[in-house]
Amino acid sequence: MRTKAERRTGGDLSEEAYAFLLLSPAGLVVLAVVLVPLAITFVYTLMNMELLSENRGSFVGLANYASVLGSAWFWQSLGRTLYFTLSSLVLETGLGLLVALLLNGSFPGVSALRALIILPWAIPTNVSAALWKWIYHPEFGALNALLQWMGIIKECRSWLGDPSVAMNMLVLADVWKMTPLAAIFFLAALQFINKALYEAARIDGAGPFRRFWYVTMPHLVPTLLVVVVMRSMEKFKAFDIFYVMTRGGPANGTMVLTYEAYLRGFTNLDYSAAATIAYLIAFIVLALTFSYLRLLRQEDIND
Amino acid sequence: MTRALSPRRLGYTVFQCAAGLVLLAFTMAPFVWLFISSISLRRDLITVPYRFEPANASLERYLAIFGTGGNDIARAFKFALLNSLIVAGLVTLVGLATGTLASYSFARLRFAFKDQLLYALLFTYMVPPVVIVIPLYVAINALGLLDRKVTLVFLYLSMTIPFIVWSTRSYFGSISKSFEEAALIDGCTRLQTLRYVYLPMARPGLVATAILAFIVAWDEFFFSLIFTSTLASKTMPVAIAEFSGKNSVDYGMITAGGVVASIPPLLIAVLFQKYIVMGMTGGGNKE
Repeated sequence: MRTKAERRTGGDLSEEAYAFLLLSPAGLVVLAVVLVPLAITFVYTLMNMELLSENRGSFVGLANYASVLGSAWFWQSLGRTLYFTLSSLVLETGLGLLVALLLNGSFPGVSALRALIILPWAIPTNVSAALWKWIYHPEFGALNALLQWMGIIKECRSWLGDPSVAMNMLVLADVWKMTPLAAIFFLAALQFINKALYEAARIDGAGPFRRFWYVTMPHLVPTLLVVVVMRSMEKFKAFDIFYVMTRGGPANGTMVLTYEAYLRGFTNLDYSAAATIAYLIAFIVLALTFSYLRLLRQEDIND
Repeated sequence: MTRALSPRRLGYTVFQCAAGLVLLAFTMAPFVWLFISSISLRRDLITVPYRFEPANASLERYLAIFGTGGNDIARAFKFALLNSLIVAGLVTLVGLATGTLASYSFARLRFAFKDQLLYALLFTYMVPPVVIVIPLYVAINALGLLDRKVTLVFLYLSMTIPFIVWSTRSYFGSISKSFEEAALIDGCTRLQTLRYVYLPMARPGLVATAILAFIVAWDEFFFSLIFTSTLASKTMPVAIAEFSGKNSVDYGMITAGGVVASIPPLLIAVLFQKYIVMGMTGGGNKE
């Protein structure tokens, strides 16, 4: 029977050839769209690709990296990228955990709330960004109206017009949209915890905080790690909300690395600087990827 | 029964309800505002002091988007929505077809460098689009394929395929091999076992994966911004970004477009919530 089955696998192809045949459509797309351009971009980082330069196309070694890493704007943009990444990440995981704990309980309306919580995550990023830009509007925005109505501020404020405030407003918009994702992950993890563990801890005299710390937290740590690493990669390369809400302004107050690379590549047409910034972003994301893979493997081992 | 009525228990429930209300308000208020803005007359939107309830409700913007008349923005939104629907639909279908072929081979066949190829695929998923965009632009420009929907489909496939392979592989892997062996003995070819054994048995997982792939393609902005320029291929996220970047922004029209653009993913999220949660949390976790 086995020979018959094998004969039927796909003509005379060996299992290995057959496997590569099935992989080829997916593999070709990924090769053409991601892997080859990834290599070409690296070559660009080693060349002078400035459109107006006389030496365009010449090999410059690591000069592009030296000039980017030696500039003040790169470190400022990196700092803002890290600020955005860390502050939104801390808020989203913290709030996501609180929301998940709340929704894991039972009280009137909790199942409806569980269904509604996912909605901000579902709407398109640009719709959310345009909506928050409208909420923050300096004259007619709902935030100004709400805070005035509550008596917290007297004058309208230009939330996105102040370089020191704008980034925090983008963080708030991002927290609104992405906290549900963290909450859903935590809620799924919470529902796998054996209820008997809480009973046992209660009988042993553990109060609610000790029960949370010694029973709940250890079960959430794997999920917490996955959420933190996955989300930090996404945030580090975030582009959409910066484009829609502030375009890096005001006064570069929200200029992050991805937007910087976009501007230099597609507005200034300086491909080598853009490619170099992009590669530096990629190196950082790669470092995060490796920590992600290590965490996943550790989880596999623990299972 | 007595515990349910104890004051402490009651106090906790009241606290839970209060926290739930705060959560509900923070989650839903922007949605309510999005909808109210979309049906308010323009002069009411730019009136101070503010009114939160619309003075004069009007559905004219929605009629403009779906009808034949309307201004330039309404026309642009209509075409952009259609483009988004075509592109995201094709990406989901073609992605599932090519992705399941690949993931079947990862889940069930033996070949050289299997693990390395799988991790290479996961690696491509992590590559930020900004890193590959310049050579892509140069090549697509040289091929004369700028501003074409098919270009976007091809580009988006590279974003969805790794994720589709990664998650369907784990669903396929959880199906017992004996089903496949029985089918082979009954005379199925391997491709037929994929069609008649794996795809039906992994259906919930495939639905979850398809939904997430559709949402990714529906939401994509960066490539669409770079590679489209006219209504022939411009997608919804680009149209929204473009009109909210103008100097005198028509927020009423943008919010109406935003509501329409949100309907497909919102419907999916409400109808298939169980699948989505499974797709997001089940891909990495192994129970």
